[in-house]
Order: sequence, then C-alpha cells, then structure tokens
Amino acid sequence: MSYKFDFAFMADRWPDFVAGAWLTIQLTVLSIALGFALGTVCALARVYGGPVVRRLVGAYVEAIRNTPLLIQIFIVYFGLSSLGLKLSADVSAVIALTVNMGAYSTEIMRAGIQSIQRTQLEAADCLGLTRLQTILHVVLLPAMERVYPALSSQFVLLMLASSITSQISVEELTATANLVQSDTYRSFEVYVVVAVVYLALSALYRFAFWLIGLGLFERKRRLGTPL
Amino acid sequence: MNQLGINHLLYLLVAAEWTVVLSLIAFAGGSVLGLAIALMRVSKSGAVRALASGYIQLIQGTPLLIVLFLSYFGLGIVGLKLVPLVAAGISLTLYAGAFLGEIWRGCIEAVPKTQWEASDCLGLNRAQQYAYVILPQAVKIAIPPTVGFMVQIVKNTSLASVIGFVELARAGQIVNNSTFEPFVIFSCVAAIYFALCYPLSVASRTLERRANAGR
Repeated sequence: MSYKFDFAFMADRWPDFVAGAWLTIQLTVLSIALGFALGTVCALARVYGGPVVRRLVGAYVEAIRNTPLLIQIFIVYFGLSSLGLKLSADVSAVIALTVNMGAYSTEIMRAGIQSIQRTQLEAADCLGLTRLQTILHVVLLPAMERVYPALSSQFVLLMLASSITSQISVEELTATANLVQSDTYRSFEVYVVVAVVYLALSALYRFAFWLIGLGLFERKRRLGTPL
Repeated sequence: MNQLGINHLLYLLVAAEWTVVLSLIAFAGGSVLGLAIALMRVSKSGAVRALASGYIQLIQGTPLLIVLFLSYFGLGIVGLKLVPLVAAGISLTLYAGAFLGEIWRGCIEAVPKTQWEASDCLGLNRAQQYAYVILPQAVKIAIPPTVGFMVQIVKNTSLASVIGFVELARAGQIVNNSTFEPFVIFSCVAAIYFALCYPLSVASRTLERRANAGR
C-alpha cells in the first residue's frame, strides 16, 4: 500500500469543523428538547386519551418509525416547498428531526407511564393533588426516571442521525466534511477526523445526559438505586 | 418536464428490490459479524471482551453516514474500484454487526446460569456448551429483537443513496429530478418503505408477546 495519509488540511480548515460541530449541537439540542416535549404529550395522550386520539398517536408513531429519516427530511424540505410552504434547510431539519424524535420518545415514555401503578394515582388523589400536579410529580417524573437510559441513548442516536441533514444542504458537521473533502481531495482523512469529532460529541452528550439525570431525579441521587 | 406516471411507480418498485437485496446482504453479513462480537463479549478473556466492546462503542458512536463515506473512500485507498454496492454492503455489515452483537450478548446472558453449570457437570467443553445448550436457548430469546432490528437495517439502506447506489431512496430522487413532484414521489417512497418495514414491526411485537405468554 503506497497511500500516504495527509492531515495537513486541518491547519487552516479546523475553524470550519468547529462551526459545523457547533451547528450540529444547536440543531440536535433544539430537536431533542422539542421532540421530547412532543413525545411526552403524545405518550400521555396515548395512555390516557380517548380512542380516537390514541389511534391518531399510534398512526403517527408507526408512520415515523417505519420510514427512513432521509425520506422524512426530503418530504419536509422538498415536499412542503412544492406545496407552497417554503422553509429554509435549517428549519426543515429541525422540524424533521423533531417529528422523528417525537415518535421515538412517545414509545419510550409510553412504556414508562404504563409502568406507573394505579395505586400511585389513587394515592395522589387522596393527598388532594390537582390533576396537573399528579401528572407532573406522580406520573411523568417517575416514568422518565425509569426509562431514562433508553431515552438518553435515543437522544445520542438522534445526534448521530442529524448527519443525514447534510443531504438538504444544512451546513452541519457532515456537510462541512463533504465540502472540505471536495476542496482538498483528502476524502478518507477528512471523514476520519469527522468520525473522531462525532465520537467526542457522543461522549459529551452521554456525559451531559448523565448530569441532567443526576439533577432531575432527586430520589435516585440520594439513594443511588434505580427505581 | 415529465408527467408523473405508472412507469415512474414501476421504476420505484424495481429499485425497491435493490433495497431488499442490500438489506439481505447487510443482515447476512451483520449476523456473522454480530455472532462473533456477541461471543467475544461473553468471552472469558478480558482482552477479547474489551476488543469487542471497543468495536461496538466505535460503531455506535459514529453516524452510519460517516462509516459509509469511510468505506467508500477507504476502498480507493486499498486500491479497489469504488463500487457503491460493495461499500454500502461493507458499512451496513459493520453497522448491523455492532448492534446485533450487543442484542445477542444480552440474549446469551439471559440464559440462566444453571444451564452453564449443568452442562459443566455433564462434562461438555465450551464449544459443546454453546452448540448444544446455550445458543439454542439464546436463539429463542433473540428472535423478536432481531426481527425488530431488521426494520432499522431496511431503513438505513436508504443512506446508500448518498454514495450513488440506486435503491429506493435514490430512485425517488431520480424520478423527482425528472418530474419535480417531490411531495407525491417521496410520499410514495415512504409508503413503499412502510410496506417493507411495518410487517417486520408487527411480527416482532407478536413474537415478543408470544415469547412472554408464559409469564
């Protein structure tokens, strides 16, 4: 093998990679927050809603989970603009990632909510908690604590999947790599660099979600045992 | 500009065959790799376990799209021609291997410890223990999650379109370029993916319910 690896392009292109990684972080943090909120509402609707609402949420979840993210992104970006709703690439990316995240968090949160026993709700009733207080303190937080490992790995998977938004010209990390490799012809090296950046981002996200979990679940913090 | 017609739909269906072919390649390759990874993860040697878990962390920590680019351009470095099908097959195999390895490790570990002890007492060696006692039971546990993971494989073959392999997603883009009706076309493409994936999802759920019927 006579190939010589050459990472010299990093000397003057590293700011591009930093900018790309920063956009990836912005896009994914926003989509994770919005998608999780959407998923939580849908999960509550799926468990406690009427039959029609339950059906609708079920259809949404199945439609998203059985089609590729790439196609969902295309439908939002190209499809909606052909129907007259023109959205920028960044906005389309956030919408598609949010809708995608929403479906997966619905399924995960549903499992958590269903694991809350009826007696807990009755106890909350006896204590005179309002409906909102019950949902927040008795249903959602303990449910989230139970499924938190699954949730946080789904969040990391979404961050990785955001690389697909490069296909609609969102200038995030993968798109930066595509640009730099077409300037420098150092394809393999460029993607090795980006792979390392993504590995670092995954580690960063995992650490951040661990910290958030620590802050969120007081009982777990004190006792150190899973629920 | 072309009018969207029945021929375009036929073209999409023919391309969907390549999605199925690529999925099967990825599943076959991923199964072989995944079994090796799963066995390495439960190995007695710490070094072997660390190697397998390092591999899983590496693949699960990078986007499949980047793995795809790396194998596509990496082929060029080792002096091979850049064939999209080969690059896509390799990267989906690497991807499926890591995830299936992790799924199957869980299934192997779910076989009760007493089964290991009993087969030890019967004087079986480690290969015999796996072949006659542990794996047959692990396979039963593994079927529902494996079928569920096949949905991920089918969906992720859409990324092969990025390196120019003409499967369903790429065919959708090609038809769109000539007819420019993206909403209709990508909805059709999504519907075909759904038709491929939904039965697998349902099968996975049914199998899981049936497997847990005793509990």
